[in-house]
Amino acid sequence: MSKLPKPEELARNISFQTPAKGWMDVKPDFRPGTYCNAAAPKWMEWVGYPFPRAWSVAEADWKLPPDWKEIILAGMEDRLKRFRSLKIFFDICVRCGACADKCHFYLGTGDPKNMPVLRAELMRSVYKRYFTTAGKLLGEIAGARDLTEDVLKEWFFYLHQCTICRRCSLFCPYGIDMAEMTLLGREMLASVGLNIDWALASVAQCYDKGSHIGATPQAFKDMMDFLAEENERITGITTPPSYNRKGAEVLFVMPSGDYFADPGTFTMMGYMLLFEYIGLDYTLSTYAAEGGNFGWFVSHEMGKRLNVKIYEEAKRLKVKWILGGECGHMWRVCNQYMPTYWGESPGFLEEPVSPITGTRFENAKVHKMVHISEFTADLIKHGKLKFDTQRNAHIKLTFHDSCNTSRGMGIFEEPRYIINSVLPEGNFVEMPPNTIREKTFCCGSSSGINANENMEIRMLGGFPRANAVRYVQEKYGVNHLGCICALDRATLPTLVQYWVPGMECTGITELVGNALVFPGELERTTDLRDRDLEGFGEAEETEEEGDE
Amino acid sequence: MAVVEHQGKTFEVDEDGFLANLDEWGPEWVDYVKELEGITTLVEDHWKVINMLQDYFKKNGIAPMVRILSKVTGFKLKYIYELFPSGPGKGACKMAGLPKPTGCV
Repeated sequence: MSKLPKPEELARNISFQTPAKGWMDVKPDFRPGTYCNAAAPKWMEWVGYPFPRAWSVAEADWKLPPDWKEIILAGMEDRLKRFRSLKIFFDICVRCGACADKCHFYLGTGDPKNMPVLRAELMRSVYKRYFTTAGKLLGEIAGARDLTEDVLKEWFFYLHQCTICRRCSLFCPYGIDMAEMTLLGREMLASVGLNIDWALASVAQCYDKGSHIGATPQAFKDMMDFLAEENERITGITTPPSYNRKGAEVLFVMPSGDYFADPGTFTMMGYMLLFEYIGLDYTLSTYAAEGGNFGWFVSHEMGKRLNVKIYEEAKRLKVKWILGGECGHMWRVCNQYMPTYWGESPGFLEEPVSPITGTRFENAKVHKMVHISEFTADLIKHGKLKFDTQRNAHIKLTFHDSCNTSRGMGIFEEPRYIINSVLPEGNFVEMPPNTIREKTFCCGSSSGINANENMEIRMLGGFPRANAVRYVQEKYGVNHLGCICALDRATLPTLVQYWVPGMECTGITELVGNALVFPGELERTTDLRDRDLEGFGEAEETEEEGDE
Repeated sequence: MAVVEHQGKTFEVDEDGFLANLDEWGPEWVDYVKELEGITTLVEDHWKVINMLQDYFKKNGIAPMVRILSKVTGFKLKYIYELFPSGPGKGACKMAGLPKPTGCV
């Protein structure tokens, strides 16, 4: 693995100079630290993907199948027919450049091919050459170019420097959706056996066992039981999870990061405390043990394959509706694709109604799934939760809108409403307006590229987000970065450790868990992370206990 | 897949340098990762972590959550980093021959 340069050095080297040569004459520089490793053949075999073989991005020969060009062009022709959007996006761009400086990867790298307009042009030029009359006749004059191995390598490089966050689409006067183009481009790459290991390993694990981390049912139960014990130790409240229980009212599905990786595990504890508090009749599934969907990062077909288990389990367990945890791309997939993937709105589920407040979630009428932030905000609005906000007094928070929940789904107010209810007044500070809500900057590592080997590009892609976090740290003394996405909880800690030392990351339901006041609870002296709370309990005593 | 040679033994590893097959694990592999990690001497606590990781993996099919590792061994995360400078995943799991973690981690 390459050595990551120091932050000052990396920032200093971002250059926005105009390149000396035209874009068609510049090849990508596959420097270690900038690209993801090739998927191991094992994972490709697990999911039946074509052309499994050992190959390396760093080597000149990518061991492509002999007819790779025909496969790509046939794949493009097929997608142009199936996705009218793709053809329209290819045809209507007028190169106005409104998108250019909106991409976090362009802002972080200064590489013109990370301007969304040019990233799309990498594929558009091939479309022109083979599918338009002007391109066939005039070639380069019409912006067309032959599909060569170098072009394919360029796709691979830049389509994995797009995190399908759609910030560029927001500013495009035509609404061209770069995310959709990137996804279809990645599908075409996969058709000739070009996949990245981090995404495909997670996909294969999920397809095989039900979660990206590859948790077996016993591992899933072990982790949940452990977190329930932790809840009991800290709060004195038992929060026993139920597994695969038929007839429960609600199936709760969360991203696997929330029960495996810190700091997500504290958010998982928060979910359990909340459900215990309101007496929710819910079950977990040891198979639908993953709300996230790395499959969607690879192809629509794979997204569908991984997603189907959520409805299957809801059907088998005979629940009424589904509640989803804090996960970004889960939310995008479930709201925008799930009923389509399934074929119809699932008739075996009911339109979700909160059993506590009676609120009917009409927005979930079709997909029958509610987001935990919507659910919690509704509980608070109806005065169903009692909080002691002083238990979060040590947390000065800013909120990172995750691309998929905010730009993808319009969940802006709910998390903020929860935050303001569980933190003392004045403890929540917004980042600058052009970096939040629908204009939020991506974490820089989403869409399956949160690997180790491409750390330099991850840190550059996340630079605009980190910059805004650093601003509120320096100006307002913010010490926690909140989010409602497990992928963010995996990537942001690495990002802020690099650019904004001293910043902690947290889920929002963790803060709910901290603040909830239960009847008969233990006297609280720490938060869910075992951090001593100032003014709670006897400080001297806790200090002595602390050196165990 | 790359191949690593150490003390006359060869090991198949993935691109992140994790052992491809736990069956190939042995003292030579441990010594190889020890050098990689810059650990001078392996003490009893290193072995306590390695044994816990392997036992858990054999029973559950994945590496334990860091907090479970911490609870079972009684070692705080900070101490685990002192034992394995690259941390519980890239250091300890690698030495124990476990595969690298995947997903939102």
